[in-house]
Amino acid sequence: MTALPDREFFGYRRENGRVGIRNHVAILPLDDLSNAACEKVAHNIDGCLALPHHYGRLQFGEDLDLHFRTLIGTGKNPNVAACIVIGIEPGWTQRVVEGIAATGKPVAGFAIEGHGEIKAVADASRKAQEYAQWASEKQRVPCTFSDLWVSTKCGESDTTSGLASCPTVGNLIDKIDPLGATTCFGETSELTGAEQVCAARAATPEIGEKFLKTWQAYMDEVIEPHKTSDLSESQPTKGNIAGGLTTIEEKAFGNLQKIGNKTSFIDVLKPAEEPGQGAGLYFMDTSSAAAECVTLQAAAGFVVHLFPTGQGNIIGNPIEPVIKLTANPRTAREMPEHIDLDCSGILRGEMTLEEAGDALIDITIRTCNGRLTAAESLKHREFVMTKLYRSA
Amino acid sequence: MSAPDFLVHGPEDTVGVVVVETVKAGTALSGLDMEAGRTLHIDALADIPLGHKIALKDLAEGDTVLKYGHDIGKAVAAVKAGDHVHVHNMKTKRW
Repeated sequence: MTALPDREFFGYRRENGRVGIRNHVAILPLDDLSNAACEKVAHNIDGCLALPHHYGRLQFGEDLDLHFRTLIGTGKNPNVAACIVIGIEPGWTQRVVEGIAATGKPVAGFAIEGHGEIKAVADASRKAQEYAQWASEKQRVPCTFSDLWVSTKCGESDTTSGLASCPTVGNLIDKIDPLGATTCFGETSELTGAEQVCAARAATPEIGEKFLKTWQAYMDEVIEPHKTSDLSESQPTKGNIAGGLTTIEEKAFGNLQKIGNKTSFIDVLKPAEEPGQGAGLYFMDTSSAAAECVTLQAAAGFVVHLFPTGQGNIIGNPIEPVIKLTANPRTAREMPEHIDLDCSGILRGEMTLEEAGDALIDITIRTCNGRLTAAESLKHREFVMTKLYRSA
Repeated sequence: MSAPDFLVHGPEDTVGVVVVETVKAGTALSGLDMEAGRTLHIDALADIPLGHKIALKDLAEGDTVLKYGHDIGKAVAAVKAGDHVHVHNMKTKRW
């Protein structure tokens, strides 16, 4: 391969024009009952990735909509070359297949009822073999940041996150936003205390108002009805407190450093909703739990994730590579197998924020070109569906 | 200056963050205001772990604590400049 100009990378351009950085054949269960069949298919055929999860039965209303949006979005993600869907019955299975087929990528569904699991696994395995061999011939092509969808979320934050690792992500966002990248931050609850400052970062007052309504709905519909005393036991977390964070407000201002100083967000997305306003920065209404948030961002189509950590969150995602950075020198020293970029030099005055942002762009490009992240090499594949309420 | 013992986000802040791994009570510390580029000096009144906050001025019970130039909570006990500021003497105003 010839060297590309700065800030370009080699990716997989899919049938719908979107660019992926991985080339998975996903074996996607519609429901909890179909996990075993999916895992058997992935065991049979090399190059296939099963995505087991816990839900998909007797969900209804908005919660069911989110379930379908997450599954369909996961299959549509350009890091997935082709997809097999297995469900207990054919109706909902076909609904997921048709959603994914809109991208033009190969997708097929298999139901277990009326056939039994052994036949479903055999039929799905034959199709998976065809897809895996087809996908193995896909070639990477030159791409630019205008093709790249980047999400971010931080975890096990401490004060070093707000001082250096989150601002490093912010520096990257400020640099790639003008290049036409599509980017996303979330964590509705963890913006509490900084919600007015966040709203002021919206591109228009209307978008800021939409953000505040989303944040307020979370407070009114989730926190107020369910809290037993307050959130002091959960926000900040025990890890946050050990790392020196005292209040949710302090955590929120650190969190918000991830969107940089210059970039405005151009829309507010529902969980797992695909951006519809073109390139730019989006806020997504998500949980602040790492695996839930990244799963929703991957389902919205984001292909690479930037994850600042303080005390050492070790999350990965099966289809969206998670790049970890830390500015905590102890975490970098004691947990090096989890860290892709050590930016603790900022705290010692050995590295500027500009340099750290450039280093993060460099590791992002290398990851896009195929370098395994720390979480990928450790096989961290946390695929966690967000559930809005109890099933019927 | 040599590597700072603590960092401060901006000139309005009333707390800084210790960025070295061991601060013992009585140690003379130097810090950096990252926004103003100004060097600060303060004596630690307590042992303060990496990442934990140090008070830059005296705070009375009920006083707002400022970091990032913003309200991040209130003192729930009197705090002296150089004290460790954390869950024992500070709390959110939210819940």
